[in-house]
Order: sequence, then C-alpha cells, then structure tokens
Amino acid sequence: MERYSAWRLFREALNGHRGWTPAWRSPSPKRRYDAVIIGGGGHGLATAYYLAKNHGMTNVAVVERGWLGGGNTGRNTTIVRSNYYHRESARLYDFSVRLYESLSRELNYNVMFSQRGVITLAHSRHDLEVVARWAGAAQLHGVDAEMVSVDEIKRRIPLLDTSPSARFPVWGGLMQRRGGTARHDAVAWGYARAASRLGVDIIQNCEVTGFSRNERGRVVGVETSLGPIAAGVVGLAVAGHSTVLADLAGFRLPVTSYALQAFVSEPLKPVMDTVMLSLATGAYISQSDKGGLVIGGGLDLYPSYAQRGNLPTAQRVIGALADQMPALGRVRLLRQWAGIVDVVPDSSPILGETPVEGLFINCGWGTGGFKAIPAGGTLLAHHLATGEPHPLAEPFGLRRFATGALIDEAAASGIAH
Amino acid sequence: MSGRRLPGGGRIDRNRPLNFTFEGRPYRGYVGDTLASALLAAGVRVVGRSFKYHRPRGLLAAGVEEANALVQVGEGARAEVNLRATEVELHEGLTARAVNCWPSARFDVGAVNNLFGRLLPAGFYYKTFMWPDWRWFEPVIRRAAGLGRPSILPDPDRYETRHAHCDLLVVGSGPAGLAAALAASRRGERVMLVEQDPLPGGSLLWRPAQIDGRSGSDWAERAAAEIAAAPDALVLTRTTAIGYFDHNALALLERVAGAAGSPGPDHRPRQRLWSVRARRVVLAAGALERPLVFPGNDRPGVMLASAVSEYAARWAARAGDEAVVFTNNDSAYAAAHALLDTGGRVAAVVDSRPAPPARRTASLQARGVRTLLGASIVATHGRPALTGVTIRDAEGHDHRVAADVLAMSGGWNPTVHLFSQSGGALVWDGEQALFRPGRSAQAEVSVGAAAGEFGLSTAIEQGWRAGGGEGAPPLADAADERWTIGPLWRVPARGKAFVDFQNDVTADDIALSARENFVSVEHLKRYTTLGMAADQGKTSNVNALAIMAELTGRPIADVGTTRFRPPFTPATFGAIGGRARGELFQPLRRLPAHDRHVQAGAAFEEYGGWLRPAHYPGAGESAHAAEQREALAVRRAVGLFDGSPLGKIDVVGADAAEFLDRIYANTLSTLKVGRARYGLMLNEQGAVIDDGVTVRLAADHFLVGTTGGGADRIAAWLEEWLQCEWPDLDVLVAPVTTAWAVLTLSGPKARDVLDAAGVDMAIGEEDFPHMTFRECRVAGVPARISRVSFTGEVSFEVSVAADRACELWDRLRLAGAPFGLAPVGIEAWMLLRMEMGYLHLGADTDGATTPDDIGWGRVLKRRRDFVGRRSLTRPELLRKDRLQFVGVEAVDSTVPVPVGSHLRSPGLPSGSEGYVTSSGLSPTLGRGVALAMVRAGRSRYGEELLVITGEGRGRRVRVTVPGVRGPGGEPLDG
Repeated sequence: MERYSAWRLFREALNGHRGWTPAWRSPSPKRRYDAVIIGGGGHGLATAYYLAKNHGMTNVAVVERGWLGGGNTGRNTTIVRSNYYHRESARLYDFSVRLYESLSRELNYNVMFSQRGVITLAHSRHDLEVVARWAGAAQLHGVDAEMVSVDEIKRRIPLLDTSPSARFPVWGGLMQRRGGTARHDAVAWGYARAASRLGVDIIQNCEVTGFSRNERGRVVGVETSLGPIAAGVVGLAVAGHSTVLADLAGFRLPVTSYALQAFVSEPLKPVMDTVMLSLATGAYISQSDKGGLVIGGGLDLYPSYAQRGNLPTAQRVIGALADQMPALGRVRLLRQWAGIVDVVPDSSPILGETPVEGLFINCGWGTGGFKAIPAGGTLLAHHLATGEPHPLAEPFGLRRFATGALIDEAAASGIAH
Repeated sequence: MSGRRLPGGGRIDRNRPLNFTFEGRPYRGYVGDTLASALLAAGVRVVGRSFKYHRPRGLLAAGVEEANALVQVGEGARAEVNLRATEVELHEGLTARAVNCWPSARFDVGAVNNLFGRLLPAGFYYKTFMWPDWRWFEPVIRRAAGLGRPSILPDPDRYETRHAHCDLLVVGSGPAGLAAALAASRRGERVMLVEQDPLPGGSLLWRPAQIDGRSGSDWAERAAAEIAAAPDALVLTRTTAIGYFDHNALALLERVAGAAGSPGPDHRPRQRLWSVRARRVVLAAGALERPLVFPGNDRPGVMLASAVSEYAARWAARAGDEAVVFTNNDSAYAAAHALLDTGGRVAAVVDSRPAPPARRTASLQARGVRTLLGASIVATHGRPALTGVTIRDAEGHDHRVAADVLAMSGGWNPTVHLFSQSGGALVWDGEQALFRPGRSAQAEVSVGAAAGEFGLSTAIEQGWRAGGGEGAPPLADAADERWTIGPLWRVPARGKAFVDFQNDVTADDIALSARENFVSVEHLKRYTTLGMAADQGKTSNVNALAIMAELTGRPIADVGTTRFRPPFTPATFGAIGGRARGELFQPLRRLPAHDRHVQAGAAFEEYGGWLRPAHYPGAGESAHAAEQREALAVRRAVGLFDGSPLGKIDVVGADAAEFLDRIYANTLSTLKVGRARYGLMLNEQGAVIDDGVTVRLAADHFLVGTTGGGADRIAAWLEEWLQCEWPDLDVLVAPVTTAWAVLTLSGPKARDVLDAAGVDMAIGEEDFPHMTFRECRVAGVPARISRVSFTGEVSFEVSVAADRACELWDRLRLAGAPFGLAPVGIEAWMLLRMEMGYLHLGADTDGATTPDDIGWGRVLKRRRDFVGRRSLTRPELLRKDRLQFVGVEAVDSTVPVPVGSHLRSPGLPSGSEGYVTSSGLSPTLGRGVALAMVRAGRSRYGEELLVITGEGRGRRVRVTVPGVRGPGGEPLDG
C-alpha cells in the first residue's frame, strides 16, 4: 500500500491516477483471530489499529454489518473538544484531542482536524456561574478553557445576535481554543487503511448473529452472516446498537437508544469560523470546509432505532438558530438525518469488562463519541491486549453503576457532551 | 448568438415584458418566464461555473433538477444565494448573478483550477496537506469551497407555520396527480393537491397531449379549477412537498409572497411551512431525465432532451439553431421533433442502440433527419459554449458535426424521493432501467411517471384509481406507446465525463473510487462527494451507481441507492422556524403583576423562562445598590417579593399521601391538615432533583410546592410515576402554578403590613405559627397564606387568584408604605437566603447532589421505600468525603468570592476540593457571604482553603456552617 503525499499525487496525476491501490483490503474472514472487533465505526477501527500498532496484535478482524463508518462516525456533527468538568472525563477526552492533533500524520491520512475553537454560550447570570465553575475545573485538569467576553464572541461569530434584546441574550461564554472539528469519514477511512496495512482484516457486510461460548461461558467467537469466526477475545464497539448486541451476549446495559438528528445547509462561502454551542437552546453549529453549516441540537424525545429525521426536531433546532443568528433565515437547509446514540444515566461512556468473560465493550458515548475515537480505540485495545483496563478507562467501567461512582457530566456542566 | 424567443406560443405574457439584469447586463423577459427561460431566450449560454474546476456551465435542465445555473438573486438583506435559475420566477427589476465565480461566469479566475484538474481527483485532500499541518492549507480550501456568499444582515421577512389534516394529499399536479385529486374531490373527500410550479399541469404544460377532447394544458387548468372549487379541497401551487415522515406526516413549503430577491413582500409571510397529516398520500411527482455520461457533456449547450422540449413549448425559448440529439432511449425523439417544429435544424440523432424501434427513426428520417444507430458522442467542442460534437459511429469512425445544442437523454428516474423517505423500498426495473417504488411502508401510493409508468393513459388511470375514482377516468386521445431503452451508463472514451455536474464528479472519479475500494454506494458518495451538492444528486445518483455496478461487476440492484433525505429541495431556515422567532421562539412568561413591577421600576431578567424583577433600582441607583437596599429593607422593616413562579401542584385523591411518601425522600403522610413541610425529591440515581414546601389542604389534598424551574418538570415527573409505575394509585395531579399569584411579605414589620391591609383572621405568632397554612381574605381578596420563610424573617406568603394579583399588590404596597415596605427583587432575595445559609436548589446543588450532601442523610433512616432510596445505599454515595454543603467566609477581605471559584486546601498540590455555589455581599455585615460544596465539608468547619480558579484566585476562605451570624454572634433574623 502506497504512502500518500503531494509528490505521490503529482506522480499519479501523470499516470491518470491508475496506480492507486485499495485503501483497505476486503478479505474473506479467516476461521480464527486473536481478537475480533464488532463494529466498523471509528471506535472499532481505531481499536483494531491500536491493537496492531501498540500491542503487536495483527491477527485481528473488524466485522461490520454494513459499510465502514456508516453509523455515528459518518453521521455526527464532527465536533472535537475536551473541556469537560470531571477530572476523569477531562483526562480521557484530552488524551483523545492530543491524539487527534497528530492523527493525520500518524495515519498518513488527512483527517482535517481543524482547531478552530469551540465556544459555549452562556445566556444568563446562572449560565455564567455554571460556566465559570466549569472553566475552572477544566483548567485544574490541565485542559485549555477560558471565559470569553460578549465582545470577543461577537467578533468571532458575527452572525450571532448578541444584543440585550435577543431572546437569549449572550452574557459571555467558555472557549476551548484547541477544540474544533475533523472530517468524520476520513477518521474511519484513515484508521481502516492504517489498520489494514498492519494486517488487520476488515470485513464489511458481515452481521454478528450470536456469540460462541465455551463450557465455562467464556466467549470464544462470534456467529456471523458469513459463518462462525473463532476469537481469542471479542471487543464490542457498536454505538446505537450496544444493547442489541448485549442482548445477544446475554447481559444488560444501562443504555437507552435515542435518535440524534443532524442538519446541513447548502454550501456557503465562509461565514462561521468557530464552533458554537448554546446552553439555552442546546443548538450547536459549525461550518464545514465544504461550506455547509453543520447543525445539531438535542435528542429526539422518544427512544428509537430509526436513523431518520422528523419535522418537530428540525423546527426546534433550525428555528433556534434562525432566531439566534437572524441572517440564517434565508439560508437553506440541504439535508437532515439522524444517528442512534447510546444514552447512559450519567452521560459518560462505558468502557471495559462486561459480565461475559472474554467480551469487552466500548459504548455509551451519548452524543459525543466522535471526539473520543482515538482514545476509545486506544483504551479498548489496551484492555483486549493486556486483560487490564487502561488507567484512563478504569473509572468508566460498568461497575460504577453498582458502586454509584458516576461521572455525571450533564449534571455538572449543563450539557451532556 | 444562439437560443432565441420563438415568435408565438408558450405560456408567457408577451404584453407584459420584464426588465432584469444578469451579471450586470440588462435583459428582457416576460411574465411567466423563469430566470432560466429568459436567459435561454436571450441567448445567454454561460450561466455559471462549476464547483471545483470552475468550468463554464450552461443550463442543463428546466426544473428543480438543474445542476449548473446556481445564482444569487437580489442584494443586501434580502439576497438569496444558491437558487436554481429554473426556480426563480422573473419579476421586474430582478438582479441576478452566478455564484462561486469571480469576476463573472463568463470570465472566472477560478478556472485556473481546471488546468490543475489532474491534481485534484476525488478525495485528493485526504492524501495531502498533512505536512506540516492542515491548518496551513485549510483557509485556502475553505475560501475556495462553498457556493453563494450569504448576507450577514438579519432576514427582514416573516414566515409562518400551518397545520392541516386531509383525507388525501396528492403530491404533483401532472396528469396522474390531477386525476387522483379530481376523483377524490368529486367524492367529497378533503383533498390537498400540491404543486411546486406556479401552474398546475406538470408535463401537460409542455408535452403535446389531448385529454377529454381538450389540449392537455386546457384540461389541466379546468381540472385544477374544479378541484379548487370543491368545498373541502385545497390546491397549493408554488408549494413543494419537502419531507415525508412517520405516520403520514408531510412537510410542505409554500412560497407565498415576495419573489426571490425582490424588495419586501406585502402583508403576507414570505413562506409558509405546512405540517400535514394525511389519511392517504398519492405520490405523483413525475420523473426526472438522466444525462448521458460522455466526455465534454458539461459544455454549455449540452442539455437534457426534455428540457429542450419544455423550454420550447412552455416558454417559447429555443435552445439552439443547430441541434444534435444523443440518446439511449425513445423519449428523446420527441425533442428532435420539438426542435424541428419550432424551426430549428437537427443535424443528427445519435442513438447508442444498434436497433431502436423503427417507427422512431422512420418518423425523423421522414423529416430529413440523419439517424446514427449504435453510435455515441465522444467529444464536444466550442469555447466557452458548444459549436460542435464528435460522433463515433457504429464502425468506430469519428465524425465532427456542427451543433450549438446537444439534447441528451440517458433515460428517466421516477421521482421516488418522498416514497423513499416514507420508508418504502425501491426495486430495480431492468427493462426500463430505473428504480421505482416497491413495497410501501405507509398509507401511500405512487402513480404515473413517479411509479415508472410513462404512458399518459396509464398515468391518468392510475391516478384516478388512487383517488378512489368511480367510473371511467378522463380519456387521453392517444394510446400509450411503450418506450424502450438500451442502457448506456458511460461512453468509453477519454476526457472528463461528468456524472455529478454540481460537484464536478466525473466517471474517472468513480473509477478511482472503485480502484481504492470505496465500492459501497455510501462510500462512493462520501469519497467523491457525488450527490452531496445542493441538487442532492437528482441527475447523478443512478448514473453513478450504475457505473459503479459496471466497474465492480455487480448487478445494479445489489449496489443499491443511498438514502433519500429530506428536504426534497432546500428549504429556508426561516420557513422551518416559522413564527417561532424572538420572544415567540420560547415565549417568556410574565408575572400576573408584571405591570406593577414595571411601574415600580423593576429591572427584569429571565429566570427559568419567567421574566422577573432582578431588582428595582431607583433613579441613579446601581443594580448593586438597589439589591443591597432591598435586602436591608427586609432585615430592618419589610419587603414585598413576587414569588408567583414557584411551582404549585395539586395532588388529590385517596392515595395522595401514599403517593407523596413514595415520591419524597421524607415522609409527608404524617403532615397534619393546615400545616406545611419542606421536602426533597430524588431521581432514581438518588440525586436531589427538587425541593419545596408542601401543605396539606385536606386529608386527600396536598399542594406540592416546587422550585420555579421545577414547576413543569416535576408535574411531568409525578405523572410519569403515576401513569407508568403506579397506575393503581388513586391520585390526580394538577399543575396550578399559573393559577395563583404569590406575593410574600417578609421582615420584622410583615405582620403589621398584613394587619394594616386587612386580614379576616388572627395572625399572631401563636394563632398562626411558622410552617402553617390558612385560607382567608386579605384586603377583601380570597387568599391562602403560608407561614414559610426563605429570608429568615417573619414571612407571609400570600397566594391569590392570578387575576387579582395587581389588586393585592396595590393594597399591600399602600398598607406597607408607612412601614417602609420595599419591593424586593430576586437578587436581594438570594442575598437574604445566603445570609441564612438556606439552600437554593440548582444553584447550590447539581444533578449529582444527594440528600446527605446537603445535610439530609436522615432520610435513609426511614424504613419505607422511596424513589432513589436504593441508589443512596451504594458505597460511593455513603462515603464521608463527598462534597458537602457548607458556608465559606473570606478571611482576607470583605469582597465576595465569585461563584464557581474552586477551592483547595493550601497543603494540596493539585485538584479541586470544592467550589463556591452562591455568593454575595451581605448588606447587614458589609462583607461577602458565600455557600459552597466542599469535600467532607461538614468535618472541616474552621479550616482555611485557597481559592484556586477565577478572579478570586489566591484568596483565602474559611469553611463555616451555612449562614452567617451578626457581629455579636446573634442570628441575623434575631
């Protein structure tokens, strides 16, 4: 597999681009792997990559029911940040941001990580107090977070109505300069290509239909639509369908599945250089490199597995932005869609062991799993390879629901992710 | 100059000319024109530039599928960008220009990209720009990307939302849709007929047809009029069905007033979003023609064959003088005839099929047109617009033929977008080479071309039946002729052959995608951006997946389609938001005595959805001074506070006490009638979610008090438990917050004021003690009074019917004047409770705070179960080093420590041991008072901590019990 570079692109241009080879191989599954990862999204592919790279485990397969990156990896609004309230979360997500910072060069694939800054708007005295406490916490955890004034916000987001007469007047905000966006598909493809190059088998259109267990109940493989595959250990990274697979394996998760909708406008010349989240309306918006305004804002009201949008949520979210950014009234919505997210009582991920021996999980990222892909992959790989949780993952085990050691981000910061 | 207005015909009003400008040049069109038809008639050939390579582009289509002519219409706040010229109705004074080119579409500096086109294949950006860092390249890419440049001025227009129900919603007013709506309206059904065009008729507006002895367009006009006249029917033109959601709910976007870019509309809204629930839906949205994929197929002058016909028939605009037709199916022969009928010349018809139906070729040969069979076009010529084509005949010989218009047809795609959104499954029809609707998921049926049925009689028949028509349907005079197609997905020749015109995706890009294993149709889309432009792939998707199928040796059906996402055509944010802007977005609630607060000089802020007085600054008084003065008034005399937003929920029924015992962490069933008790509610995690004072009005009737922010949430919470978990309990929950106005007198003179105002009962401390409740009359107004206090001072919380709030306010102020009564805003109220060390839920607690954290560990001593109890017994929640509610006082100065400041023992190197939750300047003591959550705080009274974040960083505070004492150690409420 060739290395990507400007030089290589130039050479291929002379040759009509006929020399490019598959970004990843599509082999038939072998009968046995040392590790099988279920789920070919960002977290699953990253897990496979880090198994090979960090732990030298290359007899690894990723099995995916549909196409790579077709779940939440390819449906999210691509925001990356790490200004979390709790120490455990801040460490986890900041580890992820640091990996993102070098990911393009590491994977030799441009994931377009763009640290254009993320501003969270405070709309009342109370919001401002919450944000002050939050900013202080992030700073104590070594994460960049700063309070920004209304003037600064106005300068960075000229579209925003910052007048005192606005329905949601802006009192100030919290900014993480290192936050930003990345190209979501590229993250999946970059990991897939790099993992495949290290020997990982990526098997698409392969649905897991059951788990093989030995006489002690340990998982020793998976049943799939392409036949049984034996596995030393199995990792589960299937956000949106975590409970479905857990059911197959015979255990329960404190996860509820909801649709999270996303929206994109027609492509526009640059009008929005910063990522913005509003605490009052829950809406968030950024502009992609292609020019579309990428928008989200809160879960649908009822649990669902349907990956499609509806009108009331569009009215709520798009309406909020048309109000907060009055020039957007004439901008046009191009497309709306939805992904299914795992919602956990404390809005923090579930990482590590499951009640089933040999089966390890990465789920429960709620609405914010994309930003955590490099970390999620690293930690699950660590657990699969060593049998021990990575120190960063330890607080996020399933056990916390029994002990009560919850890491409740929504409770502390007012937004879940 | 080619392209011109025909001397007669067309649905334009030649008596009403319109002046407009395009790219700064003046032109003239007529009422009835679109910007596209007027430009075509004026001979304008280059109407835009492509997205990536900035290649000159002309009109491709005549309808919503137009991929090339993207324009900005108007300037300033009403400018609209990325409009398709085909959807812009011409009006006097219209100004338009092409987007994404500079300085103009005809000469565009960006065209330099075309020279480097070979360096910019699909996905080139994934393979480079990594070193030294993406940030060095991204700004350039961002400036190059995007299409129109939107105004950043506020949108001055108004939008509305309407809701409607109907028996039958018909999407599309072509022959099939009209027949359906006609049939249903004659049966007296509630019918909605939706047409995106200004005129009903669909293809009847330009395709020759005879129905019931009239011309097709005549018939359409009469049919639409008949439907519109039916009592329960509604015909909406200029209205696009943009989304099909669950439960037969559809979204329609109606363009009401204010043509694109025109100065303000009249009194009407600019657009209206309809949310329609239909018993049945008929999808009659027609079909869109596919382009052919061959080198140079994007040169201005290369158009869809149907568009050539439509421009000629509907707008009397001839696309060119010298035409070549290139097709793989029968339908394009009509375009050749249309060109001939309108005085044009047809140099050749190039049919890729070796043996098309003889009658098709014969009819043209009879008019002297050369037909080349088994041939294809391998190149186009002309700069910037078409002057000729190279035809490769069946023997492989190339011929160059002069032409200024090339009419192409690659077959047809039924408009299945809404069907697919409804959850229906598409099937591949190999014979007609198209995807058509298969299994339905909702109460919906597709008819006519939308169902892959192209015959006029069949379309009418299908529509008629779908509308429940009885008897014979309207009769088309000619029998349907089956058209045939021999798929040609791409012409195998070198050169840029465009599949997605708008995003500049070529057949080579698809080949590259296949080579690199992006073979899933979703990967193809995302890797090449195919189908992701503003036209959402209307002309490109099927060609692309067919090419991918060829390249990978799979049947087309196996490649499948990507999901069709709403909206069908782009919809403005304004229309989606509707009227919900400004205060109407989330209406602010106003206190029943709002006007009185205004008169009293209140400065309002929003608290939990309510507009409430923060303070009442006098002339020249600062906010800070006002709140200090107000708080002192309560300590020294009496204050009047409007507490109406505090939640009030009636809980009634034989099991009301049992219910509240389960819901509250503390016991309510032992509360005596007429008495009040403070209570805590927890969620299943054991976290405190609300608190408040509940009074018992009768054995089976409680009035539950909640926080202001909890009023709606807790009412819903109670309902959820009753309906989902304990349906057996005999309890009724009624939220009554807004039925009551609550005015609280608080301060040493409170009793005097109440007395002076007139109350028909004894209110002495013995008669009416703390934490009791009475019904009475205050100043003649029927009232409820609770003896509860959030300030530490003697307080009377007087509730009256909301509509008597002003009366009570006036009487209390009058009665209070001699006693120094002052209206008190929230900020002073908060200072008073901080001084007392009273907890304010949501400020001092967050979603993880447990009862023990705030000193209510005793709830676990209850023997019975309650919501959240089990969670409280988990080891982490029993730890002694949790964050606990305490007071803190600054030891280094009198200045308050900011809320949100984190605290830590000076001996610790890192981390946080808690934070300040409430803080203010005590007017009584003249120094800061604060409350905080501190790790193991209750065991650390007297300990000094360091402020480690925020503006107070470096300061020192001491942990105390919550609440402060007077200078002599006496309680402030002494």
